Amino acid sequence: MDSITEMLLGIVADRKIPEFKGAYNIRENSGCAGRQSSENIKIENKPDNPGIIIKIGSGAQKETVYIPACVTHGGVNDLVYNDFYVEDGADVIIVAGCGVHSDDEEEARHNGIHRFFVGKNARVLYKEKHVGTGKGSGAKRIDPVTDVIMDENSYMEMDTMQISGVTSTNRLTTAKLGAGAKLVIRERLLTDGDETAKSDFSVSLDGEDSGVDLVSRSVAKGNSYQEYHSVIKGNCRCTGHSECDAILADNGRVNAAPELYAGNIDASLIHEAAIGKIAGEQIIKLRTLGLTEEEAEQKIIDGFLK
Amino acid sequence: MLELKNIHWKLSEGEEILKGVDFSIPDGKLTVVTGPNGGGKTSIAKIIAGLYSPSEGNIFLDGKDITERDITERARDGIAYAFQQPVRFKGLTVRDLIEMSAEEKLKEEKICEILGEVGLCAREYMDREADASLSGGESKRIEIATVLARKNASMLVFDEPEAGIDLWSFGSLISAFERLKNEDGRSLLVISHQERIMEIADYIIVISDGKVSAEGSREDILPTLLKENSSEGKCPLGRSVKEEF
Repeated sequence: MDSITEMLLGIVADRKIPEFKGAYNIRENSGCAGRQSSENIKIENKPDNPGIIIKIGSGAQKETVYIPACVTHGGVNDLVYNDFYVEDGADVIIVAGCGVHSDDEEEARHNGIHRFFVGKNARVLYKEKHVGTGKGSGAKRIDPVTDVIMDENSYMEMDTMQISGVTSTNRLTTAKLGAGAKLVIRERLLTDGDETAKSDFSVSLDGEDSGVDLVSRSVAKGNSYQEYHSVIKGNCRCTGHSECDAILADNGRVNAAPELYAGNIDASLIHEAAIGKIAGEQIIKLRTLGLTEEEAEQKIIDGFLK
Repeated sequence: MLELKNIHWKLSEGEEILKGVDFSIPDGKLTVVTGPNGGGKTSIAKIIAGLYSPSEGNIFLDGKDITERDITERARDGIAYAFQQPVRFKGLTVRDLIEMSAEEKLKEEKICEILGEVGLCAREYMDREADASLSGGESKRIEIATVLARKNASMLVFDEPEAGIDLWSFGSLISAFERLKNEDGRSLLVISHQERIMEIADYIIVISDGKVSAEGSREDILPTLLKENSSEGKCPLGRSVKEEF
């Protein structure tokens, strides 16, 4: 495992190699750099496609599994299919960060296709941190696809974050919720320079009393451009809330297109959206505490994306 | 000591709001600035904190001319300012704001102590975002707490701290003001219409129509204000006290 992988793991998984305990699978440049199953979480290769199958048994209670992926140089186009089967009643934390690095002129890309099958009464906290590093002119791309199917009364929280340095990202998330299932999504995106980011959510509330709470916060700096599109379909008695907030800096641009579909009289759906530069009064308030204008802006952005 | 000398300030449209204000705020005392709405009190507070630049006149802090110093520099000089209308932040928590004010990471006990002074049950609020989910009164108290947390500030400016605060919290606030003055020896300038705040003032300055219309010790000024108020007569500014207060 090279030093760049070590560095990326420190950022996206908050761990160095010796610190991985329990179940984990570390992906490096389309290969496996380390794997371990635990008593309750079994990881095996997919027979048909590149990628892994993660089987999380009901004995897993507050157990963590790490599945970070790293691309350490240009010329790598990593495509991986990972399937997560979460047994009824399991309670698991999945850490699935990704880092792409290029010091050359070639593109470094990771395209992770994750499918989650969340059993009855199961709970999942899914944490995903993305970063691009390296001084090469080659693009750093991360294009995640996440499909979630949630069974009765299951709960899933997706905490996703793109920190910096990703030249372009195209994020696609779909979810289908059964009766009583709850999905919480917290997305944070930072783009700068000429970076672009597209984020597309489609959540179908199919079971009675299911609910989704989707909050996307983003900051577009430099000449970067972001597109946000979300669809929440309320097909029964259900609740849906989506909120997209974006801060613009420099010449950053954001196109936000939230969409709600109520296909049932008892569907209760709300959307909130706000796009704009940092409010002048916020900067002034922090300056009255002794911060410079630049420090104040940074604090506001850091807090917004925290 | 903070001194304002011949301070003028006008709106961009040209209307003059402050028309030559002169006064001094002595060290370790609580000075209340009062007067009718629209008289220029908040403009004075903003000029002291550096949010507005006077069109004429000078401001001195401990003998040093700070007229040209910007907001950040004045904060570092020791001036703290609690806004009349609190600013909301998506993402920044109450703890973030208190720690930024204190310029250091604080133990939970310390944050509890500061928030307790404005009547907030700290553990419920510490990690809440200082955003629109807070009520007006909660935001106001947190705004005041950010000033109480400024341990290196010697001149604390509060713009209508009573607005939106319930009676119980108001009692805590009065105690906090007295402690800041008596134990910490800090100077307080409080813009207020509130009798209970004026009752603990050492000095009262009445601003009307952009000028100082009366000033003096609490003993000299407050009885006149209260007398005028109770008799529905005129305040020293020539306006109806009942109407204005």
